[in-house]
Amino acid sequence: MRLSFPQLLARIGFSALAAIIGILFALPLIWFIFAPFNARAELGIAIPDPWTLQNFLTVFGNGFAMRGLLNSLIQSVGGVILVAAAATLAAYALSRSSIPGKSIVTYVLLLFSSVVSGTAAMVPIFLIVSSVGLMDTHIAVILVFAGGLLPTAMFILRDFIDGIPKTYEESAMVAGASPVQAFFDVALPVIRPGIVVVVVWAFVNIWGSFLIPFILLRSDDLMPSSVAIYSFYSEAGTPIVTLLAAYSLIYSLPVVALYLFVSWKFGFRFFGGIKA
Amino acid sequence: MASVEFQNVTKTFGTFNAVSDISFKVADGEFICLLGPSGCGKTTSLRMIAGLETPSSGKIMIGPDDVTHLHPKDRQISMVFQDYALYPHMNLADNIAYPLKVRGESVEKRHKRAKEVADVLKIGDLLNRLPSQISGGQQQRTSLARALVYPSRVYLFDEPLSNLDAKLRLEARGFLNHLQRDMGMTAVYVTHDQAEAMALATRIAVMDRGRIVQFAPPIEIYRRPATTFVANFVGNPPMNMIPVEGTIEGERLQLRAHGVLVRDLPISSGIKAALGKGAGLTLGVRPEHLSMGTINDVNMVSGKLFANENMGPEKLVTFERQDGGRVTARIFTDDAVETSENVAFTFDGAHATLFDAEGNRIPADGEMPL
Amino acid sequence: MTKKRNFSLLSHRAGAAFLAPAAALVGVFVLLPFFWVIFVSFTNRTLLGKTALSPDFVGLQNYFQLFDPATFFTRGQFGFSLILTTQFVLLSALVGQALLGLLLAWLMQTIPPALKRIVETAVIAAWILPEVVIGFAWFAFLDYDNGTLNMILRGLGLPAGDFLLQQPFWVIVIFNTWRGAAFSMMLFNSAFASIPPSYFQAADVAGASSWQKFRDIGLPLIRGHVVTDLILITMWTFNVFTPFILTNGGPSYRTELLSIYNYRIAFREFDFGKGAAVGVIIMLINLIFALIYLSFGRKKAKAVEE
Repeated sequence: MRLSFPQLLARIGFSALAAIIGILFALPLIWFIFAPFNARAELGIAIPDPWTLQNFLTVFGNGFAMRGLLNSLIQSVGGVILVAAAATLAAYALSRSSIPGKSIVTYVLLLFSSVVSGTAAMVPIFLIVSSVGLMDTHIAVILVFAGGLLPTAMFILRDFIDGIPKTYEESAMVAGASPVQAFFDVALPVIRPGIVVVVVWAFVNIWGSFLIPFILLRSDDLMPSSVAIYSFYSEAGTPIVTLLAAYSLIYSLPVVALYLFVSWKFGFRFFGGIKA
Repeated sequence: MASVEFQNVTKTFGTFNAVSDISFKVADGEFICLLGPSGCGKTTSLRMIAGLETPSSGKIMIGPDDVTHLHPKDRQISMVFQDYALYPHMNLADNIAYPLKVRGESVEKRHKRAKEVADVLKIGDLLNRLPSQISGGQQQRTSLARALVYPSRVYLFDEPLSNLDAKLRLEARGFLNHLQRDMGMTAVYVTHDQAEAMALATRIAVMDRGRIVQFAPPIEIYRRPATTFVANFVGNPPMNMIPVEGTIEGERLQLRAHGVLVRDLPISSGIKAALGKGAGLTLGVRPEHLSMGTINDVNMVSGKLFANENMGPEKLVTFERQDGGRVTARIFTDDAVETSENVAFTFDGAHATLFDAEGNRIPADGEMPL
Repeated sequence: MTKKRNFSLLSHRAGAAFLAPAAALVGVFVLLPFFWVIFVSFTNRTLLGKTALSPDFVGLQNYFQLFDPATFFTRGQFGFSLILTTQFVLLSALVGQALLGLLLAWLMQTIPPALKRIVETAVIAAWILPEVVIGFAWFAFLDYDNGTLNMILRGLGLPAGDFLLQQPFWVIVIFNTWRGAAFSMMLFNSAFASIPPSYFQAADVAGASSWQKFRDIGLPLIRGHVVTDLILITMWTFNVFTPFILTNGGPSYRTELLSIYNYRIAFREFDFGKGAAVGVIIMLINLIFALIYLSFGRKKAKAVEE
């Protein structure tokens, strides 16, 4: 197609505008590309002088910080497994069984999950966790995240399962499979892409979150990276810039990797409510 | 193989009667087609045989067993689905062998059997492919292979050819017919395509609004449609329906369309009874029973030429009668159809069907054998 | 006689078993907190001390404190936070994120794919990176002496500023716009993608300009998505805690959103009763938005059915 001159001009204008917005979005983040490799502490964007990997070595040598990454991993993986398993089963039941009142259940869930935010419920969550004696444990963080993320995960998966023809399971049952066999042999593998989306979404949410572990944990050796990162502040409360930058980069890597994985696999089309 | 029997089966969804009190029996080795427009209850009936729907009332028997409330897995049946339902994560071998897997057969045994069936269906070379890597026709044959891979009492087909293009559909239809001759399977086959039903069935059950309107061999359905609904649904182009006024003149019945005499025939007992329901009758004539004639012939219909379509071996000539109703004739001669405005066709009285005011066929005395 | 039961892919019993784990988790960590927080808000429960173990029922006292007209509008009090949060939502979500997201989504339709990928990546990175990392990046970005922003401003000959101290509210507004615009962009992107290209091609043939296409075809057809987007980002922004990482609520309570106020009352001043009361009010406001959203969603579902 040939463009007329004004159309061409408009297209160049749009591209320029998009590029400017892109740069504005990237500006606060570009710093992360350089600062971790800089031997000198620089808060502004600066070419490292000299280049060094010493910051990473120092971070790797910091037991508390490394422990934070492990804790983040424990809490994220634990939460993800719980969310994915419980949400898959529940979404399958909501989609495929004819339990009376399931549409009301769905409606109530949707309502409560948006009303009871972490912000509004921090006091009762703290009290529930402490009254069952789970204060300052990984399991508390995992359970609270699982409960909070489940409703949304269920809606994503229910939508997904509703879009899968029932003939998959029907054909399996006619061929002699029990409902359990039909679920594991046929339904589950077909639902898997939907589960992957939920897994990635839940992982990114738990991995990056600060408030819940901050409230529920006390011991240093249980803190996830989002809290442990504050160990790179000096006694006086000023940040040790070089180490913070290096640690931030390491801490962000799983999220970046998952983003690349999802955009490679699905073309990054996250849908509504994917990140609450 | 086994017989299938419906005993007063009704299925309601909420307030909607999908199937209303139907009873019929499919004999062992019969190939039955359930034929009708969408929403007529044919798929619901099939799914009740499979156990994928439960009747609201009534009983379904397979062989000697009451299966009304039996789980699908315990019915020893096979089913081919409209969308094929091939599992996207399994290759063809695993797809075809899945019924054997749930029966606890060993891997070698089931792959050997899958290969045998796949070879018969000419997909033996594709067993390592995934369903997404083969053509629509191959997918259809894979789903058929999965239904044939294990011994089954009844084979159920839910519009299995409707997702194929015209040429493949003919090919697959021929193959199914061959298979039926070969295996003598008991089959219930749902379709909305009358040609498919005519080609495959030993008997056709024509359904309309949850009821069976006629259950008979294809040739009887075609030649002696029980109602105007059946007459309209079966045959392509469908039977010409000409509204006529019936009057008795001595010992003869005269049929007039808009005052013009179209047919004159002796009165039978059936006609007498039918006229009691009203004088407004319908005369049905199949397109192939019309031939070009002249205005003065008996059994004559005429009108203005509307369309003249060349179909290769035949021509379809459509004309518009005085009252605006259209009649289509199928002409097998190479003669050029008169291009003049007005055309006249005569029809073979023996092949004309008469329907009473309620749309039911009026049987003639001493009907000739089919 | 066999028990009469309609066939379904999953029996009621199996369905109930499948639902049980999720029901238990949601029940304990979503439903229970909802009722518990209401209960606690009527007590003088504290984190430490005598009233931690045996709190007294104090009726509406916590609510009277929150709405005390004498201090309502004072910095660091409930009313101030409520108004601050309302302004924050209006400016950063409804104006910032929604408009910027819409503009970005529209630009994405016309710009070259390579540029589109780069811009999208930058916008989405701001959205998915962990909040503490983002908080620190902005802290460095805004630093008065060495931060990138002031570096650029000085380079352009403009006056530098210590924005975290001078304009903390506008900092968190821009920060939240930057952080959350990705969601609106992606929602509108998929909305625009769902419009058949022939609609726009027909307009091209008729000689419509880009702006006319946006106003006459694009916008009317994604009206439903706009409403969805506005309600969702309003709810999320209303509950957001992330600015705490950047400003700690300060300086002198000038960025203390309701979520941060709630945190300070409950976990810094250990007044659980009053914190719970704040939680109840937040939930009430959430409830209003959720009901609007759900009734809108139902209307849309109905319209699709018809």
